Amino acid sequence: MQVEKPPIITQAIRVRRAREKSEYQPHGVSVESRRGRRYTIRLWSVRHSRLLEWFYDKFSRIFLTLHPFWKAVGYNRAEAPVTFVERRVKGLMFDCRMCGQCILSSTGMSCPMNCPKQLRNGPCGGVRANGNCEVEPDMPCVWVQAWNGATNMRHGEDNIMDVQKPVDQSTRETSAWLRVTANAAAGRDAARKAAQ
Amino acid sequence: MSTTDGNPSDPSALLEPLPGHSSRGRLERILRRGEFAVTTELNPPDSANPQDVYDRAAIFEGWVDGINAVDASGANCHMSSVGICALLTRMGYAPILQIACRDKNRIAIQGDILGASAMGVQNILCLTGDGVQAGDQPGAKPVFDLDSMSLLETARTMRDEGRFLSGRKLTTPPAVFLGAVINPFAPPFDFRPMRLAKKIAAGAQFVQSQYCYDIPMLREYMKRVRDMGLDEECFILIGVGPLASARTARWMRANVPGVHIPDEIIKRLEGAEKQKEEGKRLCIDIMQEVKEIDGVSGIHVMAYRQEEFVAEIVHESAVLKGRKPWRREAMPGDMAVAERMEHILHEEIEKPAAKVEEAAGDS
Repeated sequence: MQVEKPPIITQAIRVRRAREKSEYQPHGVSVESRRGRRYTIRLWSVRHSRLLEWFYDKFSRIFLTLHPFWKAVGYNRAEAPVTFVERRVKGLMFDCRMCGQCILSSTGMSCPMNCPKQLRNGPCGGVRANGNCEVEPDMPCVWVQAWNGATNMRHGEDNIMDVQKPVDQSTRETSAWLRVTANAAAGRDAARKAAQ
Repeated sequence: MSTTDGNPSDPSALLEPLPGHSSRGRLERILRRGEFAVTTELNPPDSANPQDVYDRAAIFEGWVDGINAVDASGANCHMSSVGICALLTRMGYAPILQIACRDKNRIAIQGDILGASAMGVQNILCLTGDGVQAGDQPGAKPVFDLDSMSLLETARTMRDEGRFLSGRKLTTPPAVFLGAVINPFAPPFDFRPMRLAKKIAAGAQFVQSQYCYDIPMLREYMKRVRDMGLDEECFILIGVGPLASARTARWMRANVPGVHIPDEIIKRLEGAEKQKEEGKRLCIDIMQEVKEIDGVSGIHVMAYRQEEFVAEIVHESAVLKGRKPWRREAMPGDMAVAERMEHILHEEIEKPAAKVEEAAGDS
């Protein structure tokens, strides 16, 4: 009759088993979370997207009425101080990445440049079932938030359907506020000329 | 049927252009004819040997209308999709070139579209691509210069307006059939049909979906798609695939981005005696249900590492309804050449001089 031998456990096996345990990483924990990032303000902005939409509408009009002032100062000279303010304000509110071509009104006040894939036209197929990001499992998907924000806004659901052009990398780190104002002023002047 | 979808004297020749068709490929023709199309995915080899590609494509012959050449799927490094497509077009297959935005910027992508079209590639599938963290080289720099939408628009601009993104003119625009991907099984669910509408607006003519294991969820999605009238504007192919075992299913659910597998599916697999057989059965059942859903124009079989079952699955599910997709036909001359080669390579060659010597030595 055969006697079953007990399994031989060598020191190497013990070491390997111990290492397997210590190297274990729970699924779905990213480096980002260990840094303890939080998304409180960003999510607040999305929840209050309708208020921000109203505010931005007023704000952009003020900027446009200031067009003669910007022109007098010179758009180039105004660039540095305005960019400074814009970076601070939008950085706090939306974790802005200063792409220079802001489309927050079309994305429910959720900045699409925070997406690890920098998608500007909608969510990728990898969104987790809990609505978090595929790449950073602890971050709420920027585009799930964008859809929530867009449904709150007055024109959000129309604007989110615009097909956005690829980012022009040459306008990074410049002020989107000034660019929008300059374009709007140019458009207004052209319309006036056409009317005459 | 095969004669109408190919040129018997030269399998790599393009089809005659037809009005209303944007490409000269087989896939578009079959879809526009209203037939239920079947496409599949070629597992890209980790090798520089073209024979590996030919062997892997040969098992699909006569069962599929298009073969996806994946672009480093799951961010794992393999032979490039352009390379695979170039090889496949030589043999007369109808490859679908996948372009992912993860690895190439707009300069490289536009160049690849021209190059591929020049090689005879008729179908291009535009996708965002998985993040680099999902693959074997997580330290790589993610590019994502374009996204799937702007990639579609770029390809459409090149085809329809005959110019690059910069506005520079093309002498011959690439005549391609443009595809995109959809995932009806990931949040935000309300936005998913609208995203399809956006992709159609950007130029998508056909879409392939992520693995479908949840039929009720797909029905719901398709209902909204039909309400928006999107199934009229683009051909929708639903992705399916056999699961090798309950363990694989669990692994896929946890590790492959964007795959949704309900618990009932895993339970059904676990309960089965032969899990592999059950996985195949399950895939066939899903295909039979999917083909009955209104607005679905075809099926996309992704049988990763089970490619040899594609023929069986397609046959058993009867999605082709008796149609025979294109396969290479041996030309009359080919048989004679093969016989002659056999003779030259394997049969002993008679040497009269040696025979005479042998005879002389004996006597």
